[in-house]
Amino acid sequence: MTGLVAALAGIAVLALLLILGNLVVKGASSIDWDFFVKTPVSPGQPGGGVANAIVGTIIMVGMACVIGLPVAIGAGLYLAEYGSGRLGWVVRFVADVMNGTPSIIIGIFAWTWLVRPMGHFSAIAGSVALAILMAPMIARTTEEMVRLVPHSLREAALALGYPRWRTSLRVVARTALPGIVTGALVGIARIAGETAPLLFTALGNLNLTTRLSQPMQSLSLQIYAYGESPFDEWHRLAWASALVLMTLVLVLSLVARWATRARHGGAR
Amino acid sequence: MAALADARLRLETVRLTALFDRVPVVKEVSLLFPAHTVTAIIGPSGCGKSTFLRCLNRMHELSAGGWATGRVRLDTVDIYGPGIDPVQVRRRIGMVFQRPAPFPTMSIYDNVAAGLRVNGTLTRADVDATVERALMQAALWDEVKDRLHTSAVQLSGGQQQRLCVARALAPAPEVLLLDEPTASLDPGGTQRIEELCQELKRRYTVVIVTHNLQQAARISDYTAFFYMGELVEVGRTDLMFTKPRVERTEAYLTGRFG
Repeated sequence: MTGLVAALAGIAVLALLLILGNLVVKGASSIDWDFFVKTPVSPGQPGGGVANAIVGTIIMVGMACVIGLPVAIGAGLYLAEYGSGRLGWVVRFVADVMNGTPSIIIGIFAWTWLVRPMGHFSAIAGSVALAILMAPMIARTTEEMVRLVPHSLREAALALGYPRWRTSLRVVARTALPGIVTGALVGIARIAGETAPLLFTALGNLNLTTRLSQPMQSLSLQIYAYGESPFDEWHRLAWASALVLMTLVLVLSLVARWATRARHGGAR
Repeated sequence: MAALADARLRLETVRLTALFDRVPVVKEVSLLFPAHTVTAIIGPSGCGKSTFLRCLNRMHELSAGGWATGRVRLDTVDIYGPGIDPVQVRRRIGMVFQRPAPFPTMSIYDNVAAGLRVNGTLTRADVDATVERALMQAALWDEVKDRLHTSAVQLSGGQQQRLCVARALAPAPEVLLLDEPTASLDPGGTQRIEELCQELKRRYTVVIVTHNLQQAARISDYTAFFYMGELVEVGRTDLMFTKPRVERTEAYLTGRFG
């Protein structure tokens, strides 16, 4: 039995290793300094990089976090602490439906309400689409994590004369923090790799830009565009971009793990 | 004479009824808790003794469907009166629960300081001094003074419970409520808490709910016996345990039911 379970776990890990291995084999050779600091060149020419996509991904995911995380974590905290009534039921239901909504529909939504009124594609529209995608996911994981906090801690804080909101923030949310951070990371990692919501919003951009009102490239859009192209050179760049994207997500996870553990163990 | 009696009176309930939705679980209980005494509340499981205790610092109303009628007077002021902030009430009436519940993200020091910080404006030195005093009163200082800034969950169960006592004492409450504080402790830990009760009554008014009759007999000055949500009998502990006036009390004390 133990052997069987171990074998199944092995298969799951194997899939990850195969994907990573494939990316390294096909993409690593294209990664050099230029890859990180240069923008794409015309097909047929050697060299060029994906600086525009790396910067774009970081900016758009960062903006999505700024917009989405407060809403998501606030909603999750509300659902867990005060969400036993009808409003809680409604919020939970909406979050679940949104979790099941295909991401391309979120992209169309953002196009309808942001891109069309503004008259052009923009990074901000992409960020909003990503934020809408991540918020219900993180709200629900936050709720689960906050619910795991023993009721005795709430009572202890209330009995000390903590007001209810302060109990929620200082004791309950703080105790659930490692779980909330992990949930948020899973959400961030998920949106960092999303392509569909960006297709009609951020569109993509071959030049490096940091202007939020302009179209912006992301690694996922870059992979999509290069992967579909007929040029071998661009295929290699697509593999390399995929490797960079996965590495970014991995680094993000490790940093946050480390950060929450340091905070938790330090106890000050 | 009446004035003298009042001077010793710290906490009093008048026809206190506690309900969950429409179901009363404590019925018209009137009890006096004189200052600097330990009062034990005993009774079989489900008799309403814990709910009664939770009414004394307005914790009961935080439970789903929980509410209460009647009066609870702290130094003659009705804590259920209009304009009384329950949060302020809980700062004056401390509580320790059945299971030790130190805040796991906080150090030993921060746990004890938690109730002080919520009140705001103490200087660093004041907090230091108060934390030390509270830990000393809870008989925990010697064991933790060298590791105040380590996590509180590394302590043993008994130490955690004394930490919870220290945490409740730090904001200098006037009354301390203990809800079966030794239920999850080993004999050694139980003994420490019992000794602590004797110490604490010199400064505080202590009300303790307990399942353990010997414990009630050992540490309390007064005992109140609850049955089915009603106060059956209350009196001096030594008299109650030797000559109970009500037959049901005698039956419970001699182990014939409950």
